[in-house]
Amino acid sequence: MAASGKRPEHRGPPELFYDETEARKYTHNSRMIEIQSQMSERAVELLGLPEDRPCFLLDVGCGSGLSGDYISEEGHYWVGMDISPAMLDVAIEREVEGDLMLTDMGQGIPFRPGAFDGCISISAVQWLCNADKKTHRPPKRLYRFFSTLYTALARGARAVLQLYPENSQQLELITTQAMKAGFTGGMVVDYPNSAKAKKFFLCLFVGPTAVLPKGLGTECSDEETAQAKFIRERIRFKNAKGQSVKKSRDWVLEKKERRRRQGKEVRADTRYTGRKRRPHF
Amino acid sequence: MKLLTHNMLTSHVRGVRPGGGFPLRIKATEVKVNNVDFNQEFTARMVPKVEWGALVEAAESLGHRGDLPSEPIPDYESNEDFLRKVHHVLMEVEVVEGMLKCPDTGREFPITKGIPNMLLSEEET
Repeated sequence: MAASGKRPEHRGPPELFYDETEARKYTHNSRMIEIQSQMSERAVELLGLPEDRPCFLLDVGCGSGLSGDYISEEGHYWVGMDISPAMLDVAIEREVEGDLMLTDMGQGIPFRPGAFDGCISISAVQWLCNADKKTHRPPKRLYRFFSTLYTALARGARAVLQLYPENSQQLELITTQAMKAGFTGGMVVDYPNSAKAKKFFLCLFVGPTAVLPKGLGTECSDEETAQAKFIRERIRFKNAKGQSVKKSRDWVLEKKERRRRQGKEVRADTRYTGRKRRPHF
Repeated sequence: MKLLTHNMLTSHVRGVRPGGGFPLRIKATEVKVNNVDFNQEFTARMVPKVEWGALVEAAESLGHRGDLPSEPIPDYESNEDFLRKVHHVLMEVEVVEGMLKCPDTGREFPITKGIPNMLLSEEET
């Protein structure tokens, strides 16, 4: 993606933004290549495809074929769609294995029902949120994209779309249209607490709801709370400041210790120390 | 564009009747044959997914049908010979330059350097 600061989506339509200069970064900028590869790997992981079975996948916004290369490495076959001729030219140069198509995803996914075993998209879908032409209406384009994608996927297939939402309204717009199109699923957020590493993956399922995968870098406390922990140690109750509750055995012992440190004469601690007395005291 | 992709592709022009946009008729001016590694499992999985009539028609129009039968043979999963023929047609025959024509609207999509241009104008969306 472009330099920090303005979002590329604000600079103009993707077919103009991804010109030859920008396209070249995808073959020469090692950092960009690495990030794209990592995201592709994670997206394919989230697809949850059956092991050791070669599948037929769709790559939306395939660009120069970086994500496609990863799909091929995993032993699957793919078809890629992109709106930028410059990026597709780079993909041809790189001799990617998947078939390429020049398409606008907002116009629909032109495939037969049930054609694909899965779909991934890396850093592309947020482009649908901007109206690049006077006639564009983002919600309509998003819906067209999601509804035709839904049709093109086989039953039980998933679509994993990594994207960069500009704000929560955009996120909402995207997920609403996806749900309207019939998808179930939701957003998986990796490293939610890191501004740099945070990544959004929209995981959509065709058919009955599956369990949404967990984001990376989130506290995995679920496994612990599911079981009761049995420990020998008696847990001491402390108040909000971390001090013992006044007059409790702990408090008495601590006070005695303090006085010993001050050099005062203190009786030894026994099992009767701080014991609850009979009510008549 | 491989014939596997062509077999899955439909026209998405507005106003096309459901199912009417398939199959796109190929008019090829340049066809290439590549060597692609044979994957028996993948080919066997694609046999039921593929629209067989359209596949045979497309292969024939390009002159690369070979001896692909008009129907998939029974027990094709274990028949390596048959699957190799299917693999050749699906994965090794590639249209480099030409045109795809929507059977319903007659709209033509050009293919250049192996890439079909499926971009629609504003009126067609």
